Amino acid sequence: MSDVPAKGGHSGRRGERAPVGRRAFIGYVLAGATLAVAADLRLGAPAQAAVASVPQIPEVYDLEDLQTDAALPTSALIKIVLHEDGTASFELPRMEVGQGITTSMAMIIAEELDLPVDKVRVTLAPARPELLLNQMTGGSNSTVSMFTPVRVAAAIARKALLEAAAIELGAAVTRLTAKAGVVLTPDGSSLPYGALASKAAGRKVKAVETELKPASGYAVIGKPHGRDDARLAVTGRKKYVMDLQVPDALPTMVCRAPTLNGSPVSVRNEAAVLAMPGVTDVAQVDTGVAVRAATFGQCIDAVRALDVEWAAGSVEGESDATVLARLRKAELPLAVPKIPALAETVEADFTFMFRSSAALEPNCAIADVRADRATVWAGLKSPIVAQGDIAKAVGLPMGAVTVHVVTGGGSFGHKLFGDAAVEAAKVSKAMGKPVKLMWHRADEPRQGRVHPMATSRIRATHLGGQVLTFEQRHTSVVTDFSHGLGEMITATVDRLPGGLGGLAFSETIFTLTQELPYHFGLVTQLLSETDGRFNTGSMRNIYSPDVACANELVIDQLAAKMGKDPLEFRLAFLKKERVKAALQKVAEVGRWGRAMPAGTAQGIAVHSEYKGATAVLVEIDCRPEAVNRKIRDAVTGPRVTKAVIAVDAGLVINPKGLEAQMLGGVSDGIALALTSSLHLRDGHFLEASWDNYFYTRQWNTPPEFECVVMPSDSEQPGGAGEAGVAASVAAVACAYARATGTVPTRFPVNHGTVSFDVKPFVPPVPASPTDGLSHTY
Amino acid sequence: MSTHTFLLNGKPVSVDVDDSVRLLWVLRDVLGVTGPKYGCGINVCKACTSHLNGRAFNPCSVQIKDVKADDEITTIEGLADTVDTELHPMQEAWIEYDVAQCGYCQPGQIMAAVAKVRQARAAGHEIGDADFDEIRNICRCGTYHRIREAITAAAAHM
Repeated sequence: MSDVPAKGGHSGRRGERAPVGRRAFIGYVLAGATLAVAADLRLGAPAQAAVASVPQIPEVYDLEDLQTDAALPTSALIKIVLHEDGTASFELPRMEVGQGITTSMAMIIAEELDLPVDKVRVTLAPARPELLLNQMTGGSNSTVSMFTPVRVAAAIARKALLEAAAIELGAAVTRLTAKAGVVLTPDGSSLPYGALASKAAGRKVKAVETELKPASGYAVIGKPHGRDDARLAVTGRKKYVMDLQVPDALPTMVCRAPTLNGSPVSVRNEAAVLAMPGVTDVAQVDTGVAVRAATFGQCIDAVRALDVEWAAGSVEGESDATVLARLRKAELPLAVPKIPALAETVEADFTFMFRSSAALEPNCAIADVRADRATVWAGLKSPIVAQGDIAKAVGLPMGAVTVHVVTGGGSFGHKLFGDAAVEAAKVSKAMGKPVKLMWHRADEPRQGRVHPMATSRIRATHLGGQVLTFEQRHTSVVTDFSHGLGEMITATVDRLPGGLGGLAFSETIFTLTQELPYHFGLVTQLLSETDGRFNTGSMRNIYSPDVACANELVIDQLAAKMGKDPLEFRLAFLKKERVKAALQKVAEVGRWGRAMPAGTAQGIAVHSEYKGATAVLVEIDCRPEAVNRKIRDAVTGPRVTKAVIAVDAGLVINPKGLEAQMLGGVSDGIALALTSSLHLRDGHFLEASWDNYFYTRQWNTPPEFECVVMPSDSEQPGGAGEAGVAASVAAVACAYARATGTVPTRFPVNHGTVSFDVKPFVPPVPASPTDGLSHTY
Repeated sequence: MSTHTFLLNGKPVSVDVDDSVRLLWVLRDVLGVTGPKYGCGINVCKACTSHLNGRAFNPCSVQIKDVKADDEITTIEGLADTVDTELHPMQEAWIEYDVAQCGYCQPGQIMAAVAKVRQARAAGHEIGDADFDEIRNICRCGTYHRIREAITAAAAHM
């Protein structure tokens, strides 16, 4: 047994195969009033599997590994505490935004601790600067990185409880068993965990060795489990930032510039606005003019009344066309090496428009900034970075800033950034009062984070039934990675596979995530980025939805040129059995190849990322009666009538949660392919609400949906939160092309039509309606 | 400022607030009833859907002065009390089908679903795909299919 934390738990060096048999891990019993146990997050690094053929980088070392490795140098612990009421609690250094990680963490703890799941309480840890890089929620990495450390801590808790029970019950510890939160002796006497919580407590920190349950012994992991917060959600008692009652933190909103990233010069009518009903404060900050009032409704009225002189924004006069022209100039050349003269070429060029990553809960934060300290409540996936940014913004040392992480109403990459938290802190400082800051919905698409516009060009060559080359050049408006992933890359540079250390953050992430899953001879996939004037971010699945959509459309074209069926072609060229198995599953469940009427079609696509594989089959109806459906303030368009998704996510903790993420991925994919985009005109985005920005709605939802969770013999979980998006958008695009006979070159396919009346830019938010009583049902 | 009285989740309430303040902010900011959510403020996203005298409506678009003293407002917090069980069948189905992801839109979805089942019955049919296509509530997590399954299941118990 060792008490050196730096060696804890690893039985072999990285890159070696895991030894046969069970590994011993080291964790800690901490000093405390009741039993508290801990494990080091460095235990999260899974052993790497050997790969036989010439692999692309993500096949041996991907973004998951980078995020997991970034944790290695930290010595910070994650801690589980047992309470006298028989419950266990765990502060998760990640953020719950709907992806279900508090539920799956509770399941993992329950499994190893032999405690019912409903007796495990998982809450979100506040910003813990000592965790350094290990408090970022993103890249579908939470379960991957937390799985082993959480199990080790729980196993040590179980062991400590058994040892305490042995003394209390006067029985040898080897004769005791633990079940459902109770320790039992062979003669039938028992003690509940609650009665042992204080007796098992440590007096000083002690390193303890333990083994983990083998997968064959799992009773909780792998069984469907409902969300831990389901009851709170359906009764309206689940609390989001704006539902918190912080004394004197009155509603606050910001009047923003009419063009993107414009800033205020002066307010012409401050006194008049201050005299409006409910208004308490008006303050100018760099992002706009903030108003604080008794209700948000009065904030909206005040924002609309403000008369502000604005300085120019960051993209004055620019439009979709001018940004696309800049992208074209930054495109890297396609450079096919020598190929046989008879080889044929397939070329394609796709454009992906700006998209808003806004969740339904708008950007919001509560801030209370005093002379010597600041407290902030916000939904933050990267709270340590936010803590530093807030400290800088209000001129306090980082240690004087407390950041509470609150469950988010969705993220989709949006909450990687502390935009609202930093803005709320600035406003609180300027007003000298606590504020509950909320962005108006109109602020989100117009000034919030977006997925960057991109082009994806592909040239593939084939001869004699083989694909000789496949080149892809992806060119994008700059993706902002300043939320912490960039720091992870810097910290892990010396671990990255050869040559990657010299790439920019975005190129590194692109290289670590993009994996063409086919045997296509010489494959190159390169990214170039240009134009850093937009507020961008890593929208769910980052580059992959666009890249996969482009790839899979070209693969259908290659199949057609070679006279092969899209399914048959993919099965012939796919590298990995697990990808093939997922594809075969959706083909079987979705009845690939069945006869369909003209104007309708099936589409099929795969994606491989997050140490897993997804395959999607959809059916689409592009006939006039589907496309021309009339619904008020809506885009109907082609209807996806059926979607089947198969996912291999390695070891599945909670199939019910995994299926939920796949359903969300399909809904996102439909929107990305068909309906949702932002239009840039004259230096601002036109969209201002959900009646302009057409995310998937019930009338776009496939009436038939099925998700198949593929069996896996993996002992490690893969990522789930983003895994459903890329293959979905690709399958919808492929189906659309087959149904209409035309391969679209721009996404979403409806981008050419601005089907709404553009809301005014001054004032920046629309008036609150008064006719709600004439729309009841 | 003037005093406004109405019935909220079965109990009379009285608030002093300007006539034009929308009911959503009276509920959330004045009364601390936070089940109805803000998602757009212009009656588009439907996250604040509640019931007025048993019919679905959106309090973001109703001025407090238009609410009468005998109007009965039911928010998600009061839904179960309308059936005198611990949870309304719609809430039970939502849990059974594990509909919620982030959960932000779900109070509004449930209130809309209850009204939609009643509306279909009043029109003489059971709720089905054509009715689901009319539900305007946005779910940015994309839980739409589970919403359909849960409503179908709950309707059998309503």
